Amino acid sequence: MKVQLVKLAHARSGDKGDTANVGLIALRDQFYPILVREVTEARVKQHFKGICHGDVERFELPNLGALNFLLHHSLGGGGTLSLMTDAQGKTFSTALLRMYIDIPDEEARSLGL
Amino acid sequence: MKETVRVAAGQGFWGDLPDAPVRQVEEGPIDYLMLDYLAEVTMSIMQKQKARDPNAGYARDFVPLMRQVIPALIKRNIRVTANAGGVNVKGCANGVLDAARELGFAGKLSVGIVTGDDILPRIDELLARGIELRNMDTGEPLATVRDRIQSANAYLGAGPIVEALNQNVQIVITGRATDTGLTLAPLMHEFGWRFDDWDKLSAGTIAGHIIECGAQASGGNCQYDWQNIPDLAHVGFPIAEASPDGTFIITKHENTGGCINVPSIKEQLVYEMGDPHEYITPDCVADFTTIRLEDAGKDRVRVFGIQGRPATEFLKVSISYSAGFKAVGTLVYSWPDAYAKAQAADRILRARLDRLGLTFDQILTEFVGVNATHGSLAGDPIEPAEVQLRVGVRGPNKAPVERFTKEIAPLILTGPPAVTGFAGGRPKVEEIVAYWPALIPKKEITPIVEVLKA
Repeated sequence: MKVQLVKLAHARSGDKGDTANVGLIALRDQFYPILVREVTEARVKQHFKGICHGDVERFELPNLGALNFLLHHSLGGGGTLSLMTDAQGKTFSTALLRMYIDIPDEEARSLGL
Repeated sequence: MKETVRVAAGQGFWGDLPDAPVRQVEEGPIDYLMLDYLAEVTMSIMQKQKARDPNAGYARDFVPLMRQVIPALIKRNIRVTANAGGVNVKGCANGVLDAARELGFAGKLSVGIVTGDDILPRIDELLARGIELRNMDTGEPLATVRDRIQSANAYLGAGPIVEALNQNVQIVITGRATDTGLTLAPLMHEFGWRFDDWDKLSAGTIAGHIIECGAQASGGNCQYDWQNIPDLAHVGFPIAEASPDGTFIITKHENTGGCINVPSIKEQLVYEMGDPHEYITPDCVADFTTIRLEDAGKDRVRVFGIQGRPATEFLKVSISYSAGFKAVGTLVYSWPDAYAKAQAADRILRARLDRLGLTFDQILTEFVGVNATHGSLAGDPIEPAEVQLRVGVRGPNKAPVERFTKEIAPLILTGPPAVTGFAGGRPKVEEIVAYWPALIPKKEITPIVEVLKA
């Protein structure tokens, strides 16, 4: 079944120059392996098509049940150069939580989803 | 040696709640108050102020803040670390010392100042010697923007702040220094941590990363269960309660609002993070993948297990330079068809800019209430009550940007109907000061520590 990330994670985002970083944090420990499996760099890049114009990098933080994504060239130049309402990338967090992933029905049921 | 040291965050940025640092001092026990005043391009503002008035060039509101808290600082031996000095650290310190004397504390207060970060006068000498100060993001050499540079400062680490604290000063004021250093230095001073104890330095650095954004670690901007976070009106700013072994507890004063729990700390940990294995500071390279968290009671989270690696041979340098001009204009269109009206207004505006022959490096249109934050991920709107049209332009020259600002208000009488939100007046033209991050070998920088007395 399709599950929206907002049901599996919370997130916070920020900026590093023209790169938005999004930290995706599993709401429960059991959700983390699913995020690792399904929320890949390629899928995040596809999700942010038209918004992220550079590469997407992903880092794993199993100690925090979190993934950190760097979305390069997403902030219109970033900092004081950018004309965007969200030049600091603070709403990229919830933009990522809009993403849907596929979870086998059995697994979803066992997790109460 | 103290068993624990409490370092309290006074503000998350310059422009944060003015009362927050005073509340940190007044509403519970703390040992240190740390305050970060410098965003990436703040130094350029301060250089401009100093150019107009040699006595200026620092964060002016630091002085009245100190005036408010000096009696409490002295009575309870609370010490302060702040990068409020900007490009006139001595001027800032003298302001604080004058305040202390006026309050009757002559002879009772000393201030340590840290300088040596300002390399603006040395740019040509450095470039001539082959230190290129290339842009860390683009690889370009600094020579490309040489004639537009407004400020250049190396990020000093904890070391000079420790040196100042070792001389028994009440308040340490720096120019450009890392925010994390402002928290790490008190811990190094109190616990005698050596400069090469990488795990402990990383722990102090991470404590700094957690508290340096103020209430963003204690319930502010927190997604997890946000509707149940109590009493943000009176949010308590975070405090790092550190132990000599490098473990620490993040907490806040009792009877304050907000919430500190594992999820809120996790959100702050991932904020503005690059590669978590390598959080590079002047003092160490911290590994965020070693951080362990556990609940330690109401609004108390223990942080432990942190490991790190040796510092690099470089300091980061923050250079600011002029990069043209920009302006943003907005208008609000109301139901029905608010979005269609806003889109029509945008087309009319762009056609007029075209006809005037105005060119820009970028024109950006956003529709607030429809897709300004999430772009095409937002889907189509369903009958919004109102939509804000927001158009920004950016270019190398002031004149076209200024001309653009005169084209917004006319849309009220010459464009689509049911429009408002113009009472703010003509948009302001802003000079863009952009950020140029670079690296410089540590051996090129000599921090200087001085003690001044009231």
